[in-house]
Amino acid sequence: MRSALGFLRFREVPVAAALIVLVLVTFLVNPQFLTAQGVKDLLLNSTILIILAAGQALVIITRNVDLSVGSMLGLTAYATGVLFARAPEIPIIAVFVICIVFGGLLGAVNGLLVSVAKVPALVITLGTLYIYRGLNNAWAGGKQYFAGDRPDAFGRLSVDTFLGVPIITLIALVILVLLAIYMAGARGGRDLYAIGSEPAAAELFGIPVTRRIFAVFVANGLLAGLAGVLYASRFNSVGATTGSALELDVVAAAVVGGVAIFGGSGTVVGAAIGAVLLTTITSSLTALRVDKFWQQAIVGVLILTAIIVDRIASIRTARKLRISEARHV
Amino acid sequence: MSEVLVEETKGLTGVARILLSRGSIMIYVLVAVLVYCILVVPRFASVRTTGFLLLDVIPILMIATPMTLVIISGEIDLSVASTAGLASAVMGVLWAGGMNIGLVMVICLVVGLVAGTVNGILVTVIGLPSLAVTIGTLALYRGLALVVIGDNAVANFPPALTRFTTSKIGTTGIPVVMIIVAVIVIIFGVLLHFTPFGRALFALGFSSEAAEFVGIKVNRAKLYLYVATGLISAMAGIFWTLRYSSARSDNASGLELAVIAGVLLGGVSIFGGKGSIPGVIAGVLLIGVINYALRLQRISDVVLIIVTGSLLIASVVGPSLFEWLRGLRHDRRVRRELARSEHASPTIQT
Repeated sequence: MRSALGFLRFREVPVAAALIVLVLVTFLVNPQFLTAQGVKDLLLNSTILIILAAGQALVIITRNVDLSVGSMLGLTAYATGVLFARAPEIPIIAVFVICIVFGGLLGAVNGLLVSVAKVPALVITLGTLYIYRGLNNAWAGGKQYFAGDRPDAFGRLSVDTFLGVPIITLIALVILVLLAIYMAGARGGRDLYAIGSEPAAAELFGIPVTRRIFAVFVANGLLAGLAGVLYASRFNSVGATTGSALELDVVAAAVVGGVAIFGGSGTVVGAAIGAVLLTTITSSLTALRVDKFWQQAIVGVLILTAIIVDRIASIRTARKLRISEARHV
Repeated sequence: MSEVLVEETKGLTGVARILLSRGSIMIYVLVAVLVYCILVVPRFASVRTTGFLLLDVIPILMIATPMTLVIISGEIDLSVASTAGLASAVMGVLWAGGMNIGLVMVICLVVGLVAGTVNGILVTVIGLPSLAVTIGTLALYRGLALVVIGDNAVANFPPALTRFTTSKIGTTGIPVVMIIVAVIVIIFGVLLHFTPFGRALFALGFSSEAAEFVGIKVNRAKLYLYVATGLISAMAGIFWTLRYSSARSDNASGLELAVIAGVLLGGVSIFGGKGSIPGVIAGVLLIGVINYALRLQRISDVVLIIVTGSLLIASVVGPSLFEWLRGLRHDRRVRRELARSEHASPTIQT
């Protein structure tokens, strides 16, 4: 229990604290920031990044990375537009299922290449980033689908609220909680940490490493598919360039949220807080009337701060382990 | 069994080793594709092709050279395109502010130098993973480019300079700037393949710890590499600005992926310790040639990135598939021999 608390103290609390301070300072300077509408906008803006960051956290925890998320989101978001345009009567739930499965298939290609060919995920997903984006371009060409092409009920998912929380954010939160429980308690979830800490040891220990890594990429694809559908609900247009360059934000959110880039530590909740922090900064800067051009530079500084904090935490843990082990000898 | 072992340990030596290396294979592939394009693709074999193709690959080629050294030493630098963008933005603002263009370019190079040094210090002195650091500085440097120049674009660079950037050597169609690129390539090529420093980089890539033990100054070597990468990235940024005669905050964005794709296709192992400069040059040019040839067939640029992606994946999956097949064949042979000896032993007893 003490180690669990220590874990929390080092990895998620700084991010959460930064988020709270940011929100408070912005609120004090500009009270408009936390009106019901303001909060709703904050939640809506971070929803998609929360889902993607949680998925990315799973991948990074196993000492892999998936750079193709932006392209997967683009393909599934465009697929949503196509489905509604071709079959206007299609039930919304069917669109969800089809696009999530589509995302899962894209993720499975990544997973197969990484786990079977034993090639670093960075290279494979850099390749599929290009391929999926190229396919999206070939498929969509110059065509875009707009919110008007989709049923009202679908668009309302990101307008209607339940207890002040938008429906799509609720979907994201439910998934986040399920993932967090799985990662903290289920055997499969714990295996991912073992794999990320030391793949060779995990293999010797009898963990089905190849299968777990494949599953993680599929899971990330499924989540990217879900994010794609929600993107189509939230934003007006989907086309060939939807979700371009999103991978940077996603990996950044996970890293800022305390997921160590070399695997083995971090949580999906941390990654989600990281995602909220990154999106909140954008809104805060606007509310604080800071030049919007500073936003990306600040994101960069945040990432660097996060990894430095992580480094300090791991040095401390190592020292503590050394001391406690010396005592037991 | 002893026969099998002898066979396994026999490596290639001398000329055969060079002729059959991964780098050489890339050169053969490049030549084959070039010959095919010249024979089959209409309008490919022309001076215009040389000019446009090379102008397109020059920034990638420039950055790919120091990047090769970085990846061979087991690290990575994702911030190169942002450094180029930052240099471009600084160049635009200073030039618009009325500074002498020579001085402006020197300052841009210094910006690159500083950017590289920051990466290097974070990776070596503080000991952070380079992947994470350079994702951070990717965002930071691009963000600073935005801070410096905002939404503006500066276009009125001295015509003499922009004309020089796209000028060709005589009637060959080869851009004059290629001479600078060639110098960069030769410097880094010699450094990597013919100096103790270069050998040390390979050692570093195999095992940082072992390299430290044999007396290689690991951190200092890595720091130099990051500084060099920053400097060359700034040069690429200056080239980009002059070539398109436009300084914008989003110049060269996404270039890091093209650079890394070229380097890995050229046979450099992402784990470090393996690779060569000639292979990388061939890899970068191969992507350039295939893209250019397909573009002549009126296939749109945005679809063409499928080719880059597929080549990248094929270049890493291919060898491991080959290894796997060889392992399978070896296993089967061993099993057959074991079966034969097991089959033989009972007959001796009777």
